[in-house]
Amino acid sequence: MINSLFLINPSGEIFLEKHWKSVVSRSVCDYFLEAKEKALEPEDVPPVIHTPHHYLISIYRDKLFFLSVIQTEVPPLFVIEFLHRVAEMIQDYFGECSETVVKDHMVMVYELLEEMLDNGFPLATESNVLKEMIRPPTILRSVVNTLTGTSNVGDTLPTGQLSTIPWRRAGVRYTNNEAYFDVVEEIDAILDQSGTTVFAEIQGVVEACVKLSGMPDLTLSFMNPRLLDDVSFHPCVRYKLWESERVLSFIPPDGNFTLMTYHVNAQNLVAIPVYVKQSISFFECGSDGRLDVTVGPKQTMGKTVEGVMVTVHLPKTILSINLTATQGSYTYDNGTKLLVWDIGKLNPQKLPNLRGSLSLQAGAPKPEENPSLNIDLKIQQLAISGLKVNRLDMFGEKYKPFKGVKYITKAGKFQVRT
Amino acid sequence: MSASSAFNDEKGGSSNVGEPEYGHDPASGGIFSSDYKRHDDLKEMLDSNKDSLKLEAMKRIVAMIARGKNASDLFPAVVKNVACKNIEVKKLVYVYLVRYAEEQQDLALLSISTFQRGLKDPNQLIRASALRVLSSIRVTIIVPIMMLAIKEAASDMSPYVRKTAAHAIPKLYSLDPEQKDCLIEVIEKLLADKTTLVAGSVVMAFEEVCPERIDLIHKNYRKLCNLLIDVEEWGQVVIINMLTRYARTQFLNPNMNESLLEEGGGEKAFYGSDNDDDTDDEEDKEEKEKKKTEATAIVKRKPYVMDPDHRLLLRNTKPLLQSRNAAVVMAVAQLYFHLAPKAEVGVIAKALVRLMRSHSEVQYVVLQNVATMSIKRRGMFEPYLKSFYIRSTDPTQIKVLKLEVLTNLANETNISTILREFQTYIKSNDKDFVAATIQAIGRCATNIGEVRDTCLNGLVQLLSNRDELVVAESVVVIKKLLQMQPEQHSDIIKHMAKLTDNIQVPMARASILWLIGEYCEHVPKIAPDVLRKMAKTFTNEEDIVKLQIINLAAKLYLTNSKQTKLLTQYVLNLAKYDQNYDIRDRARFIRQLIVPTDKSGALSKYAKKLFLALKPAPVLESPFKDRDHFQLGSLSHLLNAKAGGYQVLPDWPEAAPDPSVRNVEVKESVPEWTKCSSREKRKEKKADKPFYSDSEGESGPTESADSASDTASGSESGSGSEESGSGSESEESNEESESASEEDEEEEGKKKKKNVEKIKARKPVPESESEPSSGEDVKKSEKKSKPRIGSSESESEEDDDSESESSESEEEESEEESEEETKKKKKTTASKPPSKPPKKENKKEKKEMSLLDFDDFDPAPSPSQVTPLNNFLSSSLVTDLEGLSLTDNVLSPTTIVPSGNLKTYELLHRITGEGLSVEYCFSRQPFSPDPHMVAVKIQFTNSATSEAKSLHMEDAKLQSGMRIKEFPEIEVLPAGETVSVVMGIDFCDSTQAANFQLCTHTRKFFVSIQPPVGELMMPIFMTENEFKKEQGQLMGMNEITEKLTLEEKCQGEHAVVQRVTTAANLSRVPCGSDKECRFAGKTVTSGSLVLVSVVTKEDGAAQLTVNCEKMVIGTMLVKDILQALTQ
Repeated sequence: MINSLFLINPSGEIFLEKHWKSVVSRSVCDYFLEAKEKALEPEDVPPVIHTPHHYLISIYRDKLFFLSVIQTEVPPLFVIEFLHRVAEMIQDYFGECSETVVKDHMVMVYELLEEMLDNGFPLATESNVLKEMIRPPTILRSVVNTLTGTSNVGDTLPTGQLSTIPWRRAGVRYTNNEAYFDVVEEIDAILDQSGTTVFAEIQGVVEACVKLSGMPDLTLSFMNPRLLDDVSFHPCVRYKLWESERVLSFIPPDGNFTLMTYHVNAQNLVAIPVYVKQSISFFECGSDGRLDVTVGPKQTMGKTVEGVMVTVHLPKTILSINLTATQGSYTYDNGTKLLVWDIGKLNPQKLPNLRGSLSLQAGAPKPEENPSLNIDLKIQQLAISGLKVNRLDMFGEKYKPFKGVKYITKAGKFQVRT
Repeated sequence: MSASSAFNDEKGGSSNVGEPEYGHDPASGGIFSSDYKRHDDLKEMLDSNKDSLKLEAMKRIVAMIARGKNASDLFPAVVKNVACKNIEVKKLVYVYLVRYAEEQQDLALLSISTFQRGLKDPNQLIRASALRVLSSIRVTIIVPIMMLAIKEAASDMSPYVRKTAAHAIPKLYSLDPEQKDCLIEVIEKLLADKTTLVAGSVVMAFEEVCPERIDLIHKNYRKLCNLLIDVEEWGQVVIINMLTRYARTQFLNPNMNESLLEEGGGEKAFYGSDNDDDTDDEEDKEEKEKKKTEATAIVKRKPYVMDPDHRLLLRNTKPLLQSRNAAVVMAVAQLYFHLAPKAEVGVIAKALVRLMRSHSEVQYVVLQNVATMSIKRRGMFEPYLKSFYIRSTDPTQIKVLKLEVLTNLANETNISTILREFQTYIKSNDKDFVAATIQAIGRCATNIGEVRDTCLNGLVQLLSNRDELVVAESVVVIKKLLQMQPEQHSDIIKHMAKLTDNIQVPMARASILWLIGEYCEHVPKIAPDVLRKMAKTFTNEEDIVKLQIINLAAKLYLTNSKQTKLLTQYVLNLAKYDQNYDIRDRARFIRQLIVPTDKSGALSKYAKKLFLALKPAPVLESPFKDRDHFQLGSLSHLLNAKAGGYQVLPDWPEAAPDPSVRNVEVKESVPEWTKCSSREKRKEKKADKPFYSDSEGESGPTESADSASDTASGSESGSGSEESGSGSESEESNEESESASEEDEEEEGKKKKKNVEKIKARKPVPESESEPSSGEDVKKSEKKSKPRIGSSESESEEDDDSESESSESEEEESEEESEEETKKKKKTTASKPPSKPPKKENKKEKKEMSLLDFDDFDPAPSPSQVTPLNNFLSSSLVTDLEGLSLTDNVLSPTTIVPSGNLKTYELLHRITGEGLSVEYCFSRQPFSPDPHMVAVKIQFTNSATSEAKSLHMEDAKLQSGMRIKEFPEIEVLPAGETVSVVMGIDFCDSTQAANFQLCTHTRKFFVSIQPPVGELMMPIFMTENEFKKEQGQLMGMNEITEKLTLEEKCQGEHAVVQRVTTAANLSRVPCGSDKECRFAGKTVTSGSLVLVSVVTKEDGAAQLTVNCEKMVIGTMLVKDILQALTQ
């Protein structure tokens, strides 16, 4: 299936290669680098490239290209999904996924890759199984390692691979047994010039942080599960019980994981928490333009809107800008033409406003399209869809765990056309 | 150290000394010496005693590999550490080995023994990792060792080791495709595995090695469906894709009726199938006739009932739409798209739309598939229209795909919203995207008549856009649209004519000129003027524009020669001297055609027709049309080209293949029972032996394809009965796990029978049914086993089958309430009275036979004393009489060799053989026509009702070097008769199977004979001294020694001799000590000596030594003899 993997940085340097079958010369990457040259943005590189003898499937993530070489038919999503798992695994192990981190832990990454695939077919992708075989680095351990000469390779054998629930280690012990769930909802929306909603929907995710001893069997139920239109689960969730009783029943993995993602029924009208008044105009004659943006709270159910941020990709022909913000601060990068206005908390009494002039390059024609505004925001203690967790029960263990649920609403892909 | 300093001197300090610099550019000068230097200190570290130094060195080496630097010259230093105690060093050495073994094959061999030892480790994880590394080493020489290891691991107790074995299969296959047949056997065995751990991996192996052998899936189909949800994600993807293909070959098209109806002119045709009035009047009689037959065909097929197995697949995959893994969701989606009835396909839309929230690469792939699906099933995605709206932040390729989907989804009701969206998109800064939008508008306009004018007006407005690309694209699209109805749009053409002054994009200019030329009659005043302007700028135009100017001139000349005659000639003259020969050619050609001269031929009369013929309007269609002939979600679909290794998704079959293949073979065995004679039964029983032992965890290189499929049913029965929730569960599983050694057989038989009884006792069997039916089923099998309760002893394969059948269907019942009705129906029809009497008869047979068997293996003095002697005698006798035994082959084995010593193997099971069962045994006779061949005695038994004619073999597929001497054709084999023949096979001293087809006058069966290694040799005479001398010459690598503990039964010389000679065709060499037994033989083909000695010590300890020139044979022989001695 997957023949080789190359990690490539944005400047086109190949800094790691791993082969699971016969060695494929790295010159195969030239086809990819060629395509990369052609593309304006790294995101525009086609994920699948057909070369005379191989197929190249790549992902762009965290400013790195993960490029896999395929020789025969394989579902492309299979490869793409796996590459993302690799990136997640690096993130999970070293805290972030970046070129420096990979270069610093070259051997460990290589060993991990060796365990993840066998002959190109995924073997151990569960983080818990991998961690049993190759321990993630911690400061304490690296000190101990240098003193004693021991290493990060687990001397125990990966029993997790033999288990029917590979996502959970056996023999977990905690002094404080706790289980926390975050219900995070994101509003995806497109608003048009006049502020009318063109399209809006809510995507939610339940993130869990479970630190419980032994083999707990948890059941999580919602007050209003009917709201959930479409769901996807971590493999630990029992599908059948969801189908029949609309409860989440599962033996949780140890630590942090995504329990489920959901989509709220599209028929429910989505409450848009903010409104945006904007006018961006360029004058036909003269190389000038004006920008005036005001953000105000709309339907917030009595909560404060925090972390409001407006991001604008200004047209390439802009030469410079001169703006003043009544609240928060803005930054502008003239190279990428990216304007970011960080507002912070929304105060209903005094609406934040950003206005000023934009100057265009001399002689450049007036841009046809006004740039759209991307809005970021956060509302604590509110799930905008109204979803509520009813209760969490634990079976199989005797102790009493601490339990907690937190709700957050965020803006997802929230765009205002101008 | 001295060496390193020497290099240091030579190098003359051309590079920095201390640090191992990975980033060294190999092209730079002095790299050679610095390489030496660098590797030298690494070598030193590797040679040191300290693990920490070794570890450090290995880490640096692996880092080099990771960066793609060459570290191959360190191979000898690294490979020494393969047996290092430190686990991390070991792991890194493995990593290195796997990477470089291919380049350093000879040295890599040094490490093999370490892995071979690892394969025997009591810890399953070590066994697995040894196999994993061993199989990853791409060295052709070790193919036989790998093969052996895989076979052994495939029947390991630990599912994890079996999983590793499954992983190893494609590796070996890619290393040596010749091994395919052997590997298929292993795959077949592993497919029968009932653990979720193995399922995904083995299906992956199946897909890589033998995706065409869809028949291997039959018996495992239901199991795979039921296991699916618990298989790990990656396995799910592979299994679902494979099952999609399987289902396409095995089930009927669930939309069959609908598609027929559509073709036949809608539902009317169906309802009116017996009423002529209802059919459409416009259609002529013939068509009516056709429709009628179609309709009756529908009626015949009606009601379409979905195969329960088809339903099972759909039901069991559906929950996986909720997977977090995009690949799994896509796999299920394509399965539904390809297999589900129209009404049910809709469920996948929601899940696919969900994936659009994922990473942009996932979006890209999903959108491609949605684009294909939305052409066929537009309604499915319509509710999600808005999810495909485009954001300015999307990458261009995503935007274009979303546009494609939006265009496909456009219809009369939603077109206005879609067009409004398009209007926003046209303003985008991304010009490629704008161009794509304009084309999309064009397509909407052609597809939906109502909005054509609106679209056209919109596009015309775009003509005044400042961006040239936008204008050009609009012109091209408008041109296509105008072609549909030019008369009404002379205004637009006029408008476009004006644009020629401004537009510079050649394609757009060319399009405008073509339009004006084509419709010059609608714009009689403007056209000549345009030509005039063009004539002025002719020399500066691009080639495509020039060609269109010539075209325009020609067309105007033909319609309006008065005004344009001179202009045309001017243009043609300009063109005559153009640099481009195409243009010169065109000018010459046109001049001859349109300007009448004396010489001008007949063609000029038709010039007008040639130039101004009505041109058909272009069809604007999606690039995704008809892409669904590729399996969705596949790489081939994405590329719209067949990728290597792509398996074509077959069309639905016309008529459903026999669904019973997925059942266990109860049905077919029905007539069988009545026919079998005692003799056959006995043989059959024997043939079962390897089968049982196989299914319970011993390696079996001996099984033929058929017996392996039996294994499948066997193990299924285990799982089935466990799940049936009976009280005998524990016993059942006991039996399952117990290794069924041959001595145990009778006991086991009894136990089984008890179990059967228990099951029966729990379930009262309805007695009323009495018609023989075609359906396999629960009650039938129960009935069948019923008589056995009365008579108290029985044991047979059929027991097993029926058990599994019943339990399996019970399991289904409990799970699938929806199918209860069909089940009931079957129940009422099922029955089997004729089976009773034969069964009893059979039972007696069984008893007798199992007793016999028992004797064979019992170390009771009498037979064992005789056997070796006999054997020995026989072989020498026969050698002497070789010339005489020309025709008497059939008789000789039975007369001379004690039959108890010959293992019989099954070649063709009577069920697969449709009544013809074939067994073979290695007669241990020299094969007279060719002494290098192994004689194989084949026994045909015809247990069908009709006679079998012209039994012969064909089409042998052999490994290179192997030969077959066919047996003479058997002309007629009457029903119930048995006949034996002898054939010879030269196996070339390998245990590769010989594959060939066994043909009757009606059918062909693929069969294979695989020899146990012990049959590849023949005994030779030797004195003690000779033996010692030869043994002395075969030391070292050629000698393999194993310590073992003999079982109680096996202690004693006779027992040992008996067992060794059973396992291998060797003769005993006289020996002074009674503590030692010696045997000698030579391989049949090459005549290499094979010497075996067993030295016994007190307390059953013993040592086995095999000396053989051929290491592989030696290794395998040791294994076989060990097995024979320890069980």
